Amino acid sequence: MSLIRLEPRGQASKAMVYATPLLAVALTLLSGFILFLLLGFDPVKALHAFFIDPVSSKRGIGELIVKATPLVLCAVGLAIGFRANVWNIGAEGQLTMGAIAGGGLALAFYGEGGWWLLPLMVIGGAAGGMAWAAIPAYLRIRFNASEILTSLMLTYVALLALNYLVHGPYRDPDGFAFPESRLFEADAVMPILWSGTRVHLGTAFALFAVAAGWVLIARTFIGFQIKVIGLTPAAAGYAGFDQKRIIWLSLLLSGGLAGIAGMGEIAGPIGQITPSVSPGYGFTAIIVAFLGRLHPVGILLAALLMALSFIGGEAAQIAMGLPKAITGVFQGMLLFFLLACDVLIRYRVRIGARRAVA
Amino acid sequence: MNRRTMGKTLLGLAGAAAIALSVGTAAAQDKLKVGFVYVGPISDHGYSYQHDQGRLAVEKQLGDKVTTTYVENVPEGADAERVIEQLAASGHKLIFTTSFGFMNPTLKVAQRYPDVKFEHATGYKRAANVATYSARFYEGRTVIGAIVGKMTKSNVIGYIGSFPIPEVVSGINAFTIALREQNPKAEVRVVWVNSWYDPGKEAEAAKALIDQGADVIVQHTDSPAPVQTAQERGLWSVGQSSDMTRFGPKSHLTAIVDDWNGYYVDRVKAVLDGTWKSVDTWGGFKDKMLFLAPYNPAIPADVVALADTIKADIMSGKRHSFQGPVKDQSGKVVIPEGKTATDEQILKMDWYVEGVQGKVPK
Repeated sequence: MSLIRLEPRGQASKAMVYATPLLAVALTLLSGFILFLLLGFDPVKALHAFFIDPVSSKRGIGELIVKATPLVLCAVGLAIGFRANVWNIGAEGQLTMGAIAGGGLALAFYGEGGWWLLPLMVIGGAAGGMAWAAIPAYLRIRFNASEILTSLMLTYVALLALNYLVHGPYRDPDGFAFPESRLFEADAVMPILWSGTRVHLGTAFALFAVAAGWVLIARTFIGFQIKVIGLTPAAAGYAGFDQKRIIWLSLLLSGGLAGIAGMGEIAGPIGQITPSVSPGYGFTAIIVAFLGRLHPVGILLAALLMALSFIGGEAAQIAMGLPKAITGVFQGMLLFFLLACDVLIRYRVRIGARRAVA
Repeated sequence: MNRRTMGKTLLGLAGAAAIALSVGTAAAQDKLKVGFVYVGPISDHGYSYQHDQGRLAVEKQLGDKVTTTYVENVPEGADAERVIEQLAASGHKLIFTTSFGFMNPTLKVAQRYPDVKFEHATGYKRAANVATYSARFYEGRTVIGAIVGKMTKSNVIGYIGSFPIPEVVSGINAFTIALREQNPKAEVRVVWVNSWYDPGKEAEAAKALIDQGADVIVQHTDSPAPVQTAQERGLWSVGQSSDMTRFGPKSHLTAIVDDWNGYYVDRVKAVLDGTWKSVDTWGGFKDKMLFLAPYNPAIPADVVALADTIKADIMSGKRHSFQGPVKDQSGKVVIPEGKTATDEQILKMDWYVEGVQGKVPK
């Protein structure tokens, strides 16, 4: 009989739900330490370059926030759907559609903008994302088609649509036929919230989404329905909850938020429409949602952690010549440890032989 | 190990790190720091790899006066500006941003760091502290067009494009003109993969083109996957950006190799001497910014001689890749007899010449 064994808990441990992410981060850092040691880098210096240096300046903190903003916006929406067993995997596509719609408005009114242009672009961005998420919602309800597949496939359609547009109608007429739109005029650019950094209005939207997401889940009847449908669909059926309405709601909500995220990228740090609007924020947001335990505040923290791992990877490359692949290794380890530690929520570790049962 | 000794060990390590850090900065102060931003991984064996060779050449020749830093795999979006700024903020005084999508981010950062010099590859916007540079890749395409024209049997050439930008479209045209000069029956089929580096898609594109009857695969993407695919099928291929012979020794006719070594060394020297100026450099064979990888030994001697003559004529100015009359797909003469394309016409090229199948995506 082994000395260490896992014993099922009668009830999931509340404390462990909050402790395991911290444990996972600690284990990741420890493994990182060993990894750097084996690779021949000074581990303390490497971890410092990776996790401390990037956020030890105002600009660095600003960059962290800029990077986390689209992740939070996408993940908050996705988490609400995930709680209701609605698996929107296509946030990347909805984000792209938001950029296409919002950016299209910026180009359509180029040279004749005013104070109204940016609010219009925000609405357009949200509408673009919602429209793209409405397709999987309709297909799910009408034909019971898996939204996992349809939303994922529509992502590629959206990316190709963006490609078509930047090579054609959106292309800068003075741009030597390069696939980029012109730079947006001042009326179509997100105001900077924190001078000296790139932190823009989108961050305020992200924080609002966190607060609203929390209120929706914790304090409203719809939130209650979402939770019940997710946990026990049969019970929700008996209670007479309208499952279709929840599918529509969660897909439109997550699509709209992803659309705003995409619009915020092109009207914020990018300032024009380019063939690559997002380096995969919509997909990373799925990880962020689970890392944050599908809880809006948890998502905020998880997005900051994820953003730090991206930015830290670059900083470590610049400061110490660490290979780019290290970023991926860190993210992989973090997820692995998080999933592995989850076992502690339902099981407790017992050391020593099991007492003989009389 | 009990808790106290572990604490001590950690403190000791931290102390050692602090010393290492201070030593590092003291040594770096006297040297010029040069940064490089790559769009792909340096292991792409193509475009980014070749830029990194240039960086290594700088290290080798000027290593006592400069230190170099690179960041690979930088996405052409909101992240590029941060990486470039990070380099500028950490004391790099000369920064090479090596992909078109870095153009506007480079200019934005350059505005905030007027004492830092920037060099942007393949773009068209300059500033007092931003220079641009590129190579006349199309000159190489003229030579390989002639070689392929002599080597093809099926008269169908498969051409894998990255993005339909002028650099790639002018390459297709230069290739096709030279191809059909040798072999008027040959035609070119283009597949766009919408990526500079995607071995999976590039291999798929190569297979699709081969299935359509192509017996030579030409690529304007950066991975060796098309060369490998052609080798598997026993067909010819032409590599891109770097010598890809080792990925398909039987298939690889030659490759157009980018050579940034000389340019990078010159520009770093200019910063060291204080003679750096914001200029636009667009060099070809003559300026040694590109060359052809060693010819496959299976190419007949007369074809090698033909290729060498064309190359020599381009270098001497006797021949131009776009020498009139050049007709577009509809048969309309775009560049009249006796004229050659202007640089602006090449830089804005968004139409195909006669002999290319399909349309430029718009």
